[in-house]
Amino acid sequence: MPFDHDTMVAFSKSFGLFYLVALSIAVLVYAFWPSNRKRFENAARNPVSNEEDRPWN
Amino acid sequence: MIADLTRTERRWALTILSGLTATGLAMAIAGRSDPLGVHGWVILAAGLFGCIAVARRFDLPEPAAERLHHYYDGPTKAGIVLTLIWGVVGMAAGFWVAALLAFPEFTFDAAWASFGRLRPVHTSGVIFGFGGNALIATSFHVLQRTTRARLPDQLSPWFVLLGYNLFCVLAASGYLMGLTQSKEYAEPEWYADIWLVIVWVVYFAIYLRTLARRKEPHIYVANWYYMAFILVVAILHIVNNLAVPVSLGSAKSYSLFSGVQDAMTQWWYGHNAVAFFLTAGFLGMMYYYLPKRAGRPIFSYRLSIISFWGITFMYMWAGSHHLHYTALPHWVQTLGMAFSVVLLVPSWASAGNALMTLNGAWHKVRDDAVLRFMALAAIFYGLTTFEGSFMAIRAVNSLSHYTDWTIGHVHAGALGWAAMITFGSIYALTPWMWKRPRLYSAKLVEVHFWLALAGTVIYVFAMWNSGVIQGLMWRTYTENGTLAYSFIDSLVAMHPYYIARAVGGLLFLLGAIVAAYNVAMTILMPVSADDEIASDLPTQPVLAAGE
Amino acid sequence: MFGLHYNLERSAIGMVVAIVLVASIGGFIEIAPLFTIDETVEAAPDMRIYTPLEVAGRNIYIREGCYACHSQMIRTLRDEVDRYGPYSLAVESQYDHPMLWGSKRTGPDLARLGNKYSDAWHSAHLDNPRDLVPESKMPAYPWLLRTQLRTDDLANHLAALRTVGVPYTDEMIAYASIDAFGQANPESAQASGVAERYGEATNIRLFDASGQRLTEMDALVAYLQVLGTLTGATAPTQTAEAE
Repeated sequence: MPFDHDTMVAFSKSFGLFYLVALSIAVLVYAFWPSNRKRFENAARNPVSNEEDRPWN
Repeated sequence: MIADLTRTERRWALTILSGLTATGLAMAIAGRSDPLGVHGWVILAAGLFGCIAVARRFDLPEPAAERLHHYYDGPTKAGIVLTLIWGVVGMAAGFWVAALLAFPEFTFDAAWASFGRLRPVHTSGVIFGFGGNALIATSFHVLQRTTRARLPDQLSPWFVLLGYNLFCVLAASGYLMGLTQSKEYAEPEWYADIWLVIVWVVYFAIYLRTLARRKEPHIYVANWYYMAFILVVAILHIVNNLAVPVSLGSAKSYSLFSGVQDAMTQWWYGHNAVAFFLTAGFLGMMYYYLPKRAGRPIFSYRLSIISFWGITFMYMWAGSHHLHYTALPHWVQTLGMAFSVVLLVPSWASAGNALMTLNGAWHKVRDDAVLRFMALAAIFYGLTTFEGSFMAIRAVNSLSHYTDWTIGHVHAGALGWAAMITFGSIYALTPWMWKRPRLYSAKLVEVHFWLALAGTVIYVFAMWNSGVIQGLMWRTYTENGTLAYSFIDSLVAMHPYYIARAVGGLLFLLGAIVAAYNVAMTILMPVSADDEIASDLPTQPVLAAGE
Repeated sequence: MFGLHYNLERSAIGMVVAIVLVASIGGFIEIAPLFTIDETVEAAPDMRIYTPLEVAGRNIYIREGCYACHSQMIRTLRDEVDRYGPYSLAVESQYDHPMLWGSKRTGPDLARLGNKYSDAWHSAHLDNPRDLVPESKMPAYPWLLRTQLRTDDLANHLAALRTVGVPYTDEMIAYASIDAFGQANPESAQASGVAERYGEATNIRLFDASGQRLTEMDALVAYLQVLGTLTGATAPTQTAEAE
């Protein structure tokens, strides 16, 4: 039976590690991608803008 | 409230409330010989009360189209009030159970007043009643402000807020009747769980619909945290509460899982309830209100993104650290331990990000107790996550598990982090929401701050002491190789700490009462007509009576 | 790479999918293998299942929140084995829906409580713990002796438990209420079938020291007296891991 306990555990251990590494790289690349810088800087100012407290229509 | 609804929405409200009434009636009949019947009557009463309230105001004029040029803050205001009510109730229940541990004779001859039934009233009261209402209220506010879009309609936010509170009432009253699944922090029985799923789906839909209408292209990071909170709590809640009811006329159900699988599922839920309810949601709060109050953008937006994905990913693995040295397979324990330790990185990134944001604004922290609440919350967040990672190490856990140390750790997080950031946010939010120039009393905020800090410190130190002493006494051997202390010896040694803990809890409760008073007085504060702020009042004050 | 992320973050749905994937895959691959664990965990062919009276007692244990202060999980540590008995095995809670491993020991562990004290001791202790243990912090449960046990719906309880995987037979379900009464009234006519259905090792006694009336005390004491005794799989020579 292919889905026995040992196979499942082995899969979890190896895939889990790969998943962790891949996800970390993806997130870091995204966060430090040069052309994202400006958007992030704008976003950071979102809560502190002093405009009027009403929706943009 | 009802005056804000359009004619169509009022019709929908009546339909929903009639459905609720009918469901309550059906439950009352099917469960007439069971506690389920009592809850049937509660639901019936809630539905009927709602029906009458809507029907009586059904013919009020429709809200003006002008409303669409304003944010919709009615549910946020009601949510703030409910947060404070549940806060006082939940913390009072906490003080009560703390006192019962020091003086057990105070369980007078009534089943509902015994520790085992009151304890979940405390835990659910503060986590779901206080914390949950605070998250719903602030999420509606933050969502609108950061997307520059009004909530999609007037009815569904009320459905979420009031439906959620109905769930909280069913939960708390059920515990007093002895209705519990025994799964910690997932105690409510099957029908309450189903109701929460319905409420949660609508909550999530509000988020998506508002985001779809957003004018600001970028989704601000606070919303990521709120969305993770909504989504993951839904997954956790549904999976962990899978159960088979004894019958449709019985409140009792049996969990689909048993033994080791149930233990792992429960603590996967339990730990991630901490992660996504008490951490992700409140981080959403922090990422909006702290920069806003400090008047400075978040120190590093990038760091907030990295820590977001770190927290979302890693917490899910950490639950098994609740089961060290148990019958859970060893590799799962090791995995949980490893991820718990790594989790410190995104946690400290978040706490550090918050504190670095305040760099250059420390004079504001000194002068403004509201901002100080938020700064202290960030510090406690950092301390608690460090302690958590430390306690997840198997060797440390062998000492700390089953002892009061765990209780101390939880309260360092719950009081120091979740409650502090909530109070800070509520203090910041209240004058904005009710268009008041300031809070009723800045001095009372100061009083609350010191009560809260003193209460937390006393509580946590008492539990650290008792936990470590307990753990050490249980494992101490005499020279002859026999256990040195009986269990009762360790229990007797705990007594002074249990008294100290009750004192710490009482101080924290007093602080919450001060907060409730201060917010209530701010709401009731007269606004003079020539006050410039008065021009900012809601456009149709005549409708206030219906709220 | 950039395009993907750019769109992901612009679109709320993409965000939702990403959160669900990132958050759930971790838990899934950690928990899923546990559901194949039957193959590796010690089997216990002699494992008994709870009688209807014990099920009712267990539900009272849950109702009163006993699990908040008492664990039922002895860890593989020397001092715990010395204090409470052989460490707990996964198989011992295989029919526990839900498990009651607990997370806090304000009171001692109860995993091996069965047969440690007499029925009379338990009954008196639950009625007022401080009569027997003056320093105790445990609440008194005087209403257990006064309250008649509800047995009319026990068949439904057993049927629900069978749905989630406990091997109750049709006969056990049909006789649930009768067996509950019989187990606590050894002299009654209803007592004879209990051992037949649940095994000779079943405790059939006057748990609360009074016949006729079936009280909640009967049920709770019956439950406490089987804790840790449902299987012989825990070898007495079991040695603990080094601390």
